[in-house]
Amino acid sequence: MKRIYVNEEYCIACRLCEVHCLVQHSQSKKIIKAYKEEAPQLMPRLVFEEEGPLSFAMPCRHCVDAPCLDACITGAMRRDEDTEAVLCDEDRCVGCWMCVMACPFGAIQRNLKGTKAASKCDLCYGDEMPACVAHCPNEALVFEEREQ
Amino acid sequence: MSLSLLPPEFKIVRDDERCIACQVCVRQCANDVHVYDPEDDWVYSDYSRCVGCHRCVTLCPTRAITCVRNPLDFRANANWAHQVITNLHKQAETGGILLSGMGCDQPQRIYFDHILLNASQVTNPSIDPLREPMELRTTIGRKPDRVEVHCEDGQVKLDTQLAPQLTLETPIMFSAMSYGSISYNACVSLARAAKQAGIVYNTGEGGLHSTLYEYGPWTIAQVASGRFGVHPEYLDVAVALEIKIGQGAKPGIGGHLPGEKVSADVSRTRMIPEGTDALSPAPHHDIYSIEDLRQLVYALKEATGYEKPVGVKVAAVHNIAPIASGIARAGADYIAIDGLRGGTGAAPTVIRNNVGIPIELAIASVDQRLRQEGIRNQVSLIAAGSIRNSGDVVKIIALGADAVYIGTAALVALGCHLCQKCYTGKCNWGIATQDPYLTKRLNPNIGSRRLVNLIRAWSLEIKEMLGGMGVNAIESLRGNRDHLRGVGLNEVELRSLGIKAAGQA
Repeated sequence: MKRIYVNEEYCIACRLCEVHCLVQHSQSKKIIKAYKEEAPQLMPRLVFEEEGPLSFAMPCRHCVDAPCLDACITGAMRRDEDTEAVLCDEDRCVGCWMCVMACPFGAIQRNLKGTKAASKCDLCYGDEMPACVAHCPNEALVFEEREQ
Repeated sequence: MSLSLLPPEFKIVRDDERCIACQVCVRQCANDVHVYDPEDDWVYSDYSRCVGCHRCVTLCPTRAITCVRNPLDFRANANWAHQVITNLHKQAETGGILLSGMGCDQPQRIYFDHILLNASQVTNPSIDPLREPMELRTTIGRKPDRVEVHCEDGQVKLDTQLAPQLTLETPIMFSAMSYGSISYNACVSLARAAKQAGIVYNTGEGGLHSTLYEYGPWTIAQVASGRFGVHPEYLDVAVALEIKIGQGAKPGIGGHLPGEKVSADVSRTRMIPEGTDALSPAPHHDIYSIEDLRQLVYALKEATGYEKPVGVKVAAVHNIAPIASGIARAGADYIAIDGLRGGTGAAPTVIRNNVGIPIELAIASVDQRLRQEGIRNQVSLIAAGSIRNSGDVVKIIALGADAVYIGTAALVALGCHLCQKCYTGKCNWGIATQDPYLTKRLNPNIGSRRLVNLIRAWSLEIKEMLGGMGVNAIESLRGNRDHLRGVGLNEVELRSLGIKAAGQA
């Protein structure tokens, strides 16, 4: 499957990936409206790591053997049959945070402000290219198929 | 500390209706102009430090930022202009030489803008480059006075042994920019683009990073007065060598790479201790005459088995014609001439703005002089010093150059916004810096792609212009001043350029 990969040597720590992730998962999908009106309920679905000059975005790896799938007690965390992406059904999530504990990459976050559910990358489900990749100004994020 | 009298150069105008306080501007400004206040959840701008590089403007996702010239103006005075007054304030505060990056920004006459090209109408046919072959391939190097051939089995064989030549797919080369003055990623971008476009780039005086040896066949290795990074392998991997005598932005002045920029990698490449200032002397201490230059030219030829062209780069100064004649007679295979408006990473402002002559006049006078002396074939001429577009390329070749060097234009293609602060080492575009936070900003995959696009675009335009003139090879244009006419130039200028005025048949 196509996954998001990081070329951390070209990540410039602008965090536009976070900005556009948030916008993409807003109701309006309009950047100013999303931030000015919807933002309190929203959060970017990727984790951004930064230490010194090293930085990179850390979206869900959509692991082949995903520990979060086993950890989920309600079956909210599931693998999409079409895309093989690991998705979280936020209506079924009860907020036990076992997926957060199980994720070896720390790529799942708790959305305590809005849905109260686990918040993770859905590869911008239905879009040809995830918003973070499309808007990365330095091509530090790429969306491609690689041999595992 | 007393009050600084310097007004801010630029003003940041933030559109509050559009700003979403995402802090991209805060993270991208190396000059700390933008500051986020978590208490107010708002971004404020202290624009007194803004250099006008437009990094924040370009990356702002909502286009909320505009950077304008600070409207504060002194009382109008044609003599004591804004820049004159602020320069006086700066020097009164620092007591130092004023520094600048990039080329001369003063309104010296740009002769390119006073020269017009010809096109074919009725009496001679124009050529459509999309339908007919058009030759842009250029060879740089010494051409023989005559060639002797003989026929063998119906085939023509060349008897004359040709001097080594440098072959370019299009008459454009990337000029000397050293590793140290520009970032590693900028060097990689130039090297890769040169390979893909079939042209060459120039190492400048910074030596050659060992990972770039693979681009040797597209590399001119420079030997300058500091001799930084010069060793046998450096000379061997390159396709041509260049002795740098001078640079258009600072003729007669040496170079100074501050110790802060001499990182471990730069120190290894330049073969100097880490953190020490890299000082290039103003003259080569072994070159005080044309005869001395000849010794170095032949030392380099001897060291590389007479297999590659050895060129000499000089700044365009008043006596450039006899100087070029001397260089040709010293055995150089090409002469690169860098005009008044040529760029630099750092130069004293007063030198940059006042020393040298425009490249258009320099090339015209050198080409004329070498033809008069009957030695034009012995050297190729490379024009440098603010070649801004394909029109400039065509005009300077018609004035007598074989090819051009582009430096500033290439950097602009890489993202440079000509803020002229290269010497601070805080280039927000990741070009003129060694700061690991900033160098990452130039992705060589993107950089080389943009450079290749630029070369391709210019080449297509050159073909269109040549076709319009009814010329099907760039060689036929060289020194063909009949294709040029001057507008708004006086008689002395027209005579110096060797062209007629527009309207004259």
